Amino acid sequence: MRALVNQRFVTLAILAVVIAVLPLAFPSSYYFRVASLVWVSALAAIGLNILMGQAGQVSLGHAAFFGIGAYAVAIGPTHLGIPPWAALLFGALLSGVLAYLVGRPILRLKGHYLAIATLGLGVLVALVITTESRWTGGPDGMPVERLTLFGWRVSGSYTWYWVTGGLLLIGTWIALNLDETPTGRAFRALHDSEVAAQVVGVDVARFKLQAFVIAAIYASLAGSALAFMNGFINPDQAGFLHSVELVTIVVLGGLGSVVGSIVGAAVLVTLPQALTVFQEYEHLLLGLIIIVAMIFMRNGIVPSLSNLLLRRARS
Amino acid sequence: MNAKATHTILLATSLMGLALSHGALAQDTVKIGSVLSVTGPSSFLGEPEDKTLKLYVDKINAAGGVAGKKIELVIYDDGGDANKARTFATRLIEDDEVIAMVGGTTTGSTMAMIPVFEDAKVPFISLAGAIEVIDPVRKFVFKTPHTDKMACEKIFEDLKKRNLTKIGMISGTDGFGASMRAQCVKVAPNYGMQILIDENYGPRDSDMTAQLTKIKNTAGVQAVVNPGFGQGPAIVTRNYAQLGMTNIPFYQSHGVASKSFIDLAGPAAEGVRLPAAALLVGDKLPESDPQKKVVTEYRQAYEGATKQPVSTFGGHAYDGLFILVEAMKRANSTDPQKIRDEIEKTKGFVGTGGIVNMSATDHLGLDLSAFRMLEIKGGDWNLVASGS
Repeated sequence: MRALVNQRFVTLAILAVVIAVLPLAFPSSYYFRVASLVWVSALAAIGLNILMGQAGQVSLGHAAFFGIGAYAVAIGPTHLGIPPWAALLFGALLSGVLAYLVGRPILRLKGHYLAIATLGLGVLVALVITTESRWTGGPDGMPVERLTLFGWRVSGSYTWYWVTGGLLLIGTWIALNLDETPTGRAFRALHDSEVAAQVVGVDVARFKLQAFVIAAIYASLAGSALAFMNGFINPDQAGFLHSVELVTIVVLGGLGSVVGSIVGAAVLVTLPQALTVFQEYEHLLLGLIIIVAMIFMRNGIVPSLSNLLLRRARS
Repeated sequence: MNAKATHTILLATSLMGLALSHGALAQDTVKIGSVLSVTGPSSFLGEPEDKTLKLYVDKINAAGGVAGKKIELVIYDDGGDANKARTFATRLIEDDEVIAMVGGTTTGSTMAMIPVFEDAKVPFISLAGAIEVIDPVRKFVFKTPHTDKMACEKIFEDLKKRNLTKIGMISGTDGFGASMRAQCVKVAPNYGMQILIDENYGPRDSDMTAQLTKIKNTAGVQAVVNPGFGQGPAIVTRNYAQLGMTNIPFYQSHGVASKSFIDLAGPAAEGVRLPAAALLVGDKLPESDPQKKVVTEYRQAYEGATKQPVSTFGGHAYDGLFILVEAMKRANSTDPQKIRDEIEKTKGFVGTGGIVNMSATDHLGLDLSAFRMLEIKGGDWNLVASGS
């Protein structure tokens, strides 16, 4: 047990050091922006990984919660006069409640059926955001008021780098801890075999729902952070393609690996930026890299590479 | 999983992040940036823009550049994603250090990028349609395409001439359709227009007969207006003919002003009217038309280089680039602030979209004369003689 605590602490400490040291090598605020995007995507992916990697359930509509978080901080202050920070909490609450209500019936489904049901949820939320233009500004999106905390106006790529980095650290810490709690163990039991989990007394329905709600809240907070950071939001962030992107990050990085989600996000966010030099071939190369990664690292980047390193170390 | 290995990977990836390449800045070039939706759902807009910019920057450089400096064009493809556009905008400003930007294919991506350019005080000439881009006026933001409000006004002007005042509307729920619909509803009373029925359809719908039947059954509708772009309007046009509604005058928007609309809608497009830039009817303009020379030259250059029919969208990029280049010449400087001031002073610039006269309160500079009312006849665009 002691060893486990230490390992978690080391992972977290390394992440903190990476976040703190990276800026020393950044020549311009563009790099801060890209890094902040990595932290935000990673936060959403860590949440989704709790659902997919730990509890073994699929969600193809996760961007819906990302969108709810983003639009909560856009609509709250603009239309309802709620302070931005309260809108952030409200968005997280709304996502959690929605996940709870919707999760109860749909988490009874399995495999493809669950995938389709979550897909439907995602499409529905995106549809509402796109058509309720009186509230959401429609398909062209709407501006978001800047976040102010105790009179401090949070804006600029530098500031957001630290804010999102901090959020990621907290999110990582919670996810790492969760893995070692009875709840986390119940999740993994679910992942391996639902029947076996039920037999040993795990309340399957309750834990699935819990994982879904946790994942929704992570996504919602990440969405709020992105909306504040951009000062602008449009329905793409709640759309199907974004859901797919989140799933890709989780699978690419490694199912069930918290660090994997961060690495997956880093790859998927920075790769398109690095590939712009290839111009027309950008999308082709991006697709190729992901396919090759998935063929040769079937368990995801982090689990596959660490197994490889482990084998090397032994031989 | 071994924690040590995991940690090594975490460190390795963070190092990878630092490996993003970094170009050196040459002394005798100036950088102009562009973020376009070359791929994705808006690629039919972004692609001609991309080709036009590349074509003309090469031409300008071959002729010696601007004020003795060669232009280096930096184009990024946002794939129609506003969040990506925002990141690329930051990259243009912070990393490439461009002195100005001509780009922003869609209204969504333009709106997402505006704060970046406003903060950095770098001029941004947008290629997006909606009026929100320049209203309210932002110091560093300009645009070249006609606004959707102008399109509504042009249509209503034509309707008024024909003594038609009771109309039905059917609009797409995409950004373009929704925005233009709102503008039409807003300016309708100014022209004495009464909107009897207001229907809409999703951008990916494949049949609009239900909505059109409702319009057909609404008593008193004298004309139908269809704000929208992409394939939606082509389907509406086909359904319109199928329902035998062609005796009711039908108006499309400038959003369908490309040859592919006529191809998609087929014979059903006969008799459809729409406001569009002079570019589409360049060869039919009278010799006395001030835009004749510009539009025929652009058309020849574009079609010669790309072997594709010209569209007004590429024309917007042409206008944006040359408004910028002329401002740079007048400013005789690469200081973004000075270039901005000169862009705002653009007067009598003859572009493919019309004659541009900008001012501190008008960052578009086009009036209704920039739009020509066209009618589709014999599978081609034809100018509607004024008064008919």
